[in-house]
Amino acid sequence: MFHPRKIIGMTLLSAIAVTAQPALAQTPEQTLAGFKQAATESTPGFREFSAARGEQFFKSTHGGDWSCATCHTQNPAAQGKHTKTDKLIKPLAPAANAERFTDPTKVEKWFKRNCNDVLNRACTPLEKGDVLTFLLSVPK
Amino acid sequence: MRKHILTVVSLCAMLSAAGAQASGEVFTATNPQWKSECASCHIAYPARLLPAESWRALMGGLDKHFGTDASVDAVTNAEILAFLEKNASRRKPEPIAKPMLRITETRWYIKEHDEVAARTWKDPRVKSAANCAACHTQAENGDFSERNLRVPK
Repeated sequence: MFHPRKIIGMTLLSAIAVTAQPALAQTPEQTLAGFKQAATESTPGFREFSAARGEQFFKSTHGGDWSCATCHTQNPAAQGKHTKTDKLIKPLAPAANAERFTDPTKVEKWFKRNCNDVLNRACTPLEKGDVLTFLLSVPK
Repeated sequence: MRKHILTVVSLCAMLSAAGAQASGEVFTATNPQWKSECASCHIAYPARLLPAESWRALMGGLDKHFGTDASVDAVTNAEILAFLEKNASRRKPEPIAKPMLRITETRWYIKEHDEVAARTWKDPRVKSAANCAACHTQAENGDFSERNLRVPK
């Protein structure tokens, strides 16, 4: 079908195409799968994540001053703004910003910081999974 | 005549260079980790604006950073602190018990901004004294020169 040299050429080309892409360590779905595994291990009776629960969590202030939506806005597909400094924040929903939830180190760094700011504690795997399920359900 | 013009031109160039050095400063020291981490929530404030002891105190308390958790991992923290210490202000630290954490509370900052009107500070476009870029339009690039200064009116 293809001449061997042509196949080598195509392989080389696709290798170049792959390396030219920005380095995405994992897809948001893979990040979610990681949360699912952690939730299964840590939450007795865990069945599945819920976008509705995630949305409620995202928009609630949990008894404090801020919610996730304070900076990320009620629509996570929109650009947000840091509530103290006004610095622009790129959209959080993967449909609107392909870089989101692709770097596990970054994901953990920001969950740690923001959960401390909003809830004054770390988030559970169930809460992280619910929020990401909600964010993945948000259209562009 | 031509010689005169040349002299005037070079004199002007010298004067403007001296002016840039004296008032509006351009900070060029940079580091990729400092830039990406510190500029996540605000502009990456130039290392030169605080003494090393202030940066040490600041980097030691990132989990409680002016009301938010801005913590970074230990390796990143060490790299950023080393950069900040190396490029820190060399002014004599101010005679106070604790290291100064806010650039806006340094004597230097207060003196440099004493002409800014009260209504400007209250302008919603400025919002906070931490928002350098509200007036220093190139602050993000370390350029605080008067040439790029635009005070909202």
